[in-house]
Amino acid sequence: MPKIFINNNEIEFKEGMTVLQACELAGIEIPRFCYHERLSIAGNCRMCLVEMEKSAKPIASCAMPAAEGMKIKTNTKMVEKARKGVMEFLLVNHPLDCPVCDQGGECDLQDQSLYYGFDGSRFKENKRLVKDKYMGPLIKTQMTRCIHCTRCIRFATEVAGVSELGAVGRGEDMEITTYLEKSMTSELSGNVIDLCPVGALTSKPYAFEARPWELKKTESIDVMDAVGSNIRVDSYGWEVKRILPRLNNSINEEWISDKTRYACDGLLKQRLDKVYIRKENQLVEANWEEAIDLISSKINSTNPDKIAAHVGGLSSFETINSFKKLLDEINVRNYEFREKDFYVNPDQKMNYIFNSSIQGIEKSDFILLVGANPRHEATILNARIRKTYLKNKLPIFSIGNPGDLTYPYKIVGNKTDDIQQILNGKSEINSLLKKSKNPLIIIGESALELKSGKFILEGFKEFLHKNNFINENWNSFNVLTQNASTVGALDLNFFNKPNGTGNFFDKLNNHNFDLLYLVGSDELNFQKNNEFIIYQGTHGDRMAQIADVVLPSPAYTEQNGFFINLEGRLQKAYKATNPVGNAKEDWKIFNLILSKLKNKNLYTNYKDLIDDSLSKVRETKNLDLLPEIQTKKINLTSGNFHSEEVFIRAIDYYFSNPVARASKTMSDCRLEKNRNTESRKTG
Amino acid sequence: MSLKKIHDNQPDKFEFTKANLELADKILKKYPSDQKKSAVMPLLYLAQNQNENWIPLAAMKYIGKFLSMPYINVYEIATFYSMYNLAPVGKYFIQVCTTSPCALRGANKLVDICKEKISKNQNELSQNKLCSWTEVECLGACINAPMMQVNEDYYEDLDETNTKKILNSFLEDNPLKPGSYRNRKNSSPEKNQILTNGHKNA
Repeated sequence: MPKIFINNNEIEFKEGMTVLQACELAGIEIPRFCYHERLSIAGNCRMCLVEMEKSAKPIASCAMPAAEGMKIKTNTKMVEKARKGVMEFLLVNHPLDCPVCDQGGECDLQDQSLYYGFDGSRFKENKRLVKDKYMGPLIKTQMTRCIHCTRCIRFATEVAGVSELGAVGRGEDMEITTYLEKSMTSELSGNVIDLCPVGALTSKPYAFEARPWELKKTESIDVMDAVGSNIRVDSYGWEVKRILPRLNNSINEEWISDKTRYACDGLLKQRLDKVYIRKENQLVEANWEEAIDLISSKINSTNPDKIAAHVGGLSSFETINSFKKLLDEINVRNYEFREKDFYVNPDQKMNYIFNSSIQGIEKSDFILLVGANPRHEATILNARIRKTYLKNKLPIFSIGNPGDLTYPYKIVGNKTDDIQQILNGKSEINSLLKKSKNPLIIIGESALELKSGKFILEGFKEFLHKNNFINENWNSFNVLTQNASTVGALDLNFFNKPNGTGNFFDKLNNHNFDLLYLVGSDELNFQKNNEFIIYQGTHGDRMAQIADVVLPSPAYTEQNGFFINLEGRLQKAYKATNPVGNAKEDWKIFNLILSKLKNKNLYTNYKDLIDDSLSKVRETKNLDLLPEIQTKKINLTSGNFHSEEVFIRAIDYYFSNPVARASKTMSDCRLEKNRNTESRKTG
Repeated sequence: MSLKKIHDNQPDKFEFTKANLELADKILKKYPSDQKKSAVMPLLYLAQNQNENWIPLAAMKYIGKFLSMPYINVYEIATFYSMYNLAPVGKYFIQVCTTSPCALRGANKLVDICKEKISKNQNELSQNKLCSWTEVECLGACINAPMMQVNEDYYEDLDETNTKKILNSFLEDNPLKPGSYRNRKNSSPEKNQILTNGHKNA
């Protein structure tokens, strides 16, 4: 490995590193504004100047490739003077409005001016004033504060894949803007707020809400989609003020989607804080005892075959586990987690997870999407595919038309016949697939919803197995699930087996059930007839409106919970704030019901619950690690082929769960999106 | 440099004329097919020529589509370079060089005359809409300072009297001829003086 001298210390570095990275290896912090390790190098802020031997001028360390034998000094008078000079120029046009700036307390410029700033200004002229730009409902702009680091532009073009931000004009007149001040059409746009080193781009919904040092910070897991992005929940009292990403290279790097970041104001609105019972067609406030009495008498008087249960997409693993245990106690067999009838096969864990892993995407050299729209179904995963596309320039194909995915792809066909052709080795892409080393086949829920769902899943599995694409080193078989609870529910077999008591959805829509117990489930497509509905959840949303008993329970930031993400990675979300009003944790509610019914407890304490739940996680017991999937023995079956169109069900992205629907920010985003789509249609 | 402002009255549509379309195709051929967007600058210039010496937003959008590149990038380039006009300019677009050598030789007087004859502020049309003027940085004719560029011609070695004459001729739509106004040939010495002291190759 080549060596470099930094402040007279010899350091080995990897070929291709920059001087700045080598300095970091040596444990020396270099101040910077424009440099960001996940974006391309711009080298325009000049804050990272260091001294290099044989160079008369200081060099920008972020843009200078490190070379064998270079002698770098970072602690000389010259370096300090150069950085102070740069800082003085940056501050020339930067307003001194830290007390009213939302970035205050977490501002790179503020922090670094502590070390390199002068106490007074030598600049007597007028400061530059820039008009604020409109960048949509999420990003608040104060462009006078901008120091032109261009991180936001690079993020939008490279990571988000929407070239909508740019720097217009030049010199002193340079301004960052979107084209004609339209909002960004990306689901990742919120990340530019984190990237902005100053207060030019700040969060609109969070404007003037709190200072960073007043907030309680809880590291947790996101449940808006099945990716399980790592987040930090910042709360003040019982209110969740904002959600920020947490670095996790194997899942979300340091990005999160806008829904993850901004749906949190939905946690403050439309919350269920009291128990309600329907009396004379109106929901009337009640207390827990009344409700539990009513529920248990209803359960006692109803035939267990006529009772159905459903859990929603935001439910934690313990909730589903304890719910199932309760249902087993009262002999209920009709339980389900799916919102639509799609094919699942929980026989082996491999059949319902994203086996290649999110980080593994970067190794792939061929991607085939089957009835999936990763941009809306798993935004962060889509960003990873885009990253891989930029790095490997790999061929990407799709069956069905998912719309703009931020990277180019080719549609192979829109029918299941095209899938059959691939499986029979007769499609045009087969030769490419054969040549590839690490292909990825991503099967979406929309494809599994088809009549040939079983054919598609089992067919691809058999095909990949036959071609040795499922082995110890690489597993190219991937199912893209959409909800945070899906993999957990499948681990627990919380679904109605096709050969069991008949199709859950048919029975539901034919009104064969007399009692429905819904836990956080609002997505069911269902018209109420004469059913008695128990709704246990967080928001007064679709199902609470038609429920007969409403039980308040805590949201994902208000109780600890395990979630298994789409890769099968077990992660723990931590309680950040207390539940609202009279809400009780889900397992405690189940405990109450069972003790009323049978005079016994499901679990005596929280530890019991955790131990029991963790023992039911399949293939893994370790937090934050990928499951160990054995690939030696793969059970194969086959399904019937039906010729039909592969239709990718559009997701109402900003409205996909009760938290998002209660959020004002999300509905603003949705309006803006619809407006943008309309204006694009008209020209 | 003056701030570039987008004009308020924008045409709805822009398309290259048939002749320009052929030219554009010729320009495209100079670049590799996967680097089409390299042609953005000549195409913007082409659009400017076609549209009375200024580029409307519709043209940027058109070029963006033409080269399959994001609009914002075309917009960035058009706003960066000073020779792209983003608002209508006069039929005679007068650019007065005010960089140091010209300024030393009295370019500011030229500016005053422009203010008096054409319009109070730069980038505004004259009353009869024939002329507009702007200050620009060095046009590379320092040896003939002070000077101004009108459309594609240089008017050099100016003083107050002949600047007034020249501006009047534009305002009357009957332009005087470009070149040196002290009878020099290009940048050669005045009155055929020989500065080389007889040395042939000096």
